Amino acid sequence: MLRLFKKIMTTGVITEKYKAPKNDELEKLGILIKRHIDKKFSGSIAIRQVDAGSCNGCELEIHALNNPYYDIERFGIHFVASPRHADVLLVTGPVSRHMQTALLRTYEATPNPKWVVAVGDCAACGGEFGVSYASCGAVSNVIPVDVVIPGCPPTPLALMKGLLGLINK
Amino acid sequence: MSASNWTADFLGQLLNSTITVEQISLPATTLWQIESHHWQQFAELAIQQNMRWVAGWAEHAEERFFINACFEKQGVYLLLRTIVHAAKPELPSQATVYPAANRSERHTQDMFGINFVGHPDNRRWTRHKAWAKHSYPLRKDFPVQSEPEAITPPDIDYPFVKAYGAGVYEIPVGPVHAGIIEPGHFRFQAVGELILNLEERLGYVHKGIEKIAEGRTPESLARLAGRVSGDTTVGHCWAACRAMEQAAGIEIPACAALIRGILAERERVANHLGDMGAICNDVAFVFAQMQFTRLRELWLRTNAKVFGHRLLMDRIIPGGVVCDITEVSSTLIKQDIVQLRKELSEIMPAIDLNSSLEDRLFTAGYLAPEIAAAFGTLGYVGRASGQDFDVRRDAPYAPYNQAIFKVALEDQGDIASRFWVRYKEINAALKLIEQFIEQLESGDILTEWQTPPAGNESLGIVEGWRGEITAYVRFEADNKIARFYPRDPSILNWPVLEKLVLNNIVPDFPVCNKSLNGSYSGNDL
Repeated sequence: MLRLFKKIMTTGVITEKYKAPKNDELEKLGILIKRHIDKKFSGSIAIRQVDAGSCNGCELEIHALNNPYYDIERFGIHFVASPRHADVLLVTGPVSRHMQTALLRTYEATPNPKWVVAVGDCAACGGEFGVSYASCGAVSNVIPVDVVIPGCPPTPLALMKGLLGLINK
Repeated sequence: MSASNWTADFLGQLLNSTITVEQISLPATTLWQIESHHWQQFAELAIQQNMRWVAGWAEHAEERFFINACFEKQGVYLLLRTIVHAAKPELPSQATVYPAANRSERHTQDMFGINFVGHPDNRRWTRHKAWAKHSYPLRKDFPVQSEPEAITPPDIDYPFVKAYGAGVYEIPVGPVHAGIIEPGHFRFQAVGELILNLEERLGYVHKGIEKIAEGRTPESLARLAGRVSGDTTVGHCWAACRAMEQAAGIEIPACAALIRGILAERERVANHLGDMGAICNDVAFVFAQMQFTRLRELWLRTNAKVFGHRLLMDRIIPGGVVCDITEVSSTLIKQDIVQLRKELSEIMPAIDLNSSLEDRLFTAGYLAPEIAAAFGTLGYVGRASGQDFDVRRDAPYAPYNQAIFKVALEDQGDIASRFWVRYKEINAALKLIEQFIEQLESGDILTEWQTPPAGNESLGIVEGWRGEITAYVRFEADNKIARFYPRDPSILNWPVLEKLVLNNIVPDFPVCNKSLNGSYSGNDL
């Protein structure tokens, strides 16, 4: 037990200072206007992550948001286990046709007001997979999308910028 | 019996059983072609020889289907092929002999409409409702776009196994799970908290990878292969490139092979660090989760600095790699290893001495070595249950043929064992990276690509972080891909999850699942 505490003490707090995104960066994400008109979630958002067909690369980087370097919970952003508790759906992947109904139902289960953030190139435009007999392509082909965070996969910093853009006043 | 002569002995045995074999020589692979009615009989003889079933896939060409299965023994791979006519696409099943072939044959049945006679479970597998029962996406006359319905209905009438009796109840889980993970459905039958039966229903992230691979260029296929399973981007990309390079008769520069080795080992370490933290997190031991995610983050940042991508996507391309390693970078990598060893030497004793963690991980999720062997279980899951196989050692390829390393092996078979095997594999990987860095000399990192003749084919096999990855590639004219089939180790590891959770409690399912950590995307394709 002593070893454990010693490691905790010597590791210390490693969470990094976060530079707020500049306006032009937000504009790139299409958020700037949104944040002025929508202050409904100011201060806190609950996120339900939905993998609608991704390769799992995006999930790995979304996971990283919870590591002690980024510690995204300090900004009031937390991941919840049910869409019924969520303000935001964080959707990855091209939407596979086998996940289409599941995604639609998850969207319906999320209470209004709600936002949909499409994460990654596949979610943004279909990416490497596009539209086919098995894939619906971009998330916006299935449910309305408010914000797109591109990247293959987007880095945790890009994800932070995109998400914090939502709650900035 | 030495590795070189078992094929000759086996060939003799086949002739005695009146199975005629046509031997065809492929680059880096032995191909045996047999009559389709001998398909099952071959498997019966193969299992007597302790041959391992590796992979199965098919290919459509005009009026015929080529059906392939790959076997391995003592590091020697054998590609078996038969041809059936499209008018009557059926042949006897190998799944009756090899349980490992079960889901693979169901996949081939759904995608090609090939009937495996006598298959123990011929329910659909990959097909949900995105295409009709009697249409088959991997047949050449099936268009990539097809005409899917505007909204694909949910797969509600899949005939799950049922259990009846006083106190038995059913728990459906998924496809959308509570955590940040991939989608899939699990159907439990339980009494109280005890799991009586678990049935997996996957296929939710089927993206048509095999279909959209057709007609791609080698570079484009490498990109796609790097997205078969995002956590194994190096492994799949390497396997696909190896297959393409062998088919085209290209040797990659020694320097490129070393860099590929470094990339693959870095991917192994990153994933094992993540998994070890996640296993502890699933039994609410947050200390380890925080420490391991911290180490993983540092590791990924070095990836970004040295290779330009945190997860190392698209670093491997046909003919070599895109990024060289400079003096400065190799110093950074070496320092990183020293630092990681030091950190682990502080964290691991704290974990080892923790009795609450021991309570949860020891004896939980036990996978017996016999079951692991029957299902051809791979990677750390297999090696924690006595399956002593590693492509890097048993069928070595550059740069591993010049390296010295130990393959971790345990036979305890529980979650604790899968945890510690990962730790041992991290240590081995660190030593490998050091060796590869030492051997690095300045030189070419890319060989010029040469268009292979139409019809050239090959099988690329590498040891990914989850275990053996095989990728089959056949070229058509003009440097285009005619067929690509990647076999992720998850395809062979998923079925044993149904076995190892039995008699565990439902709340331990997440940690059992994490200790195996199958890829949904790599399974569903």
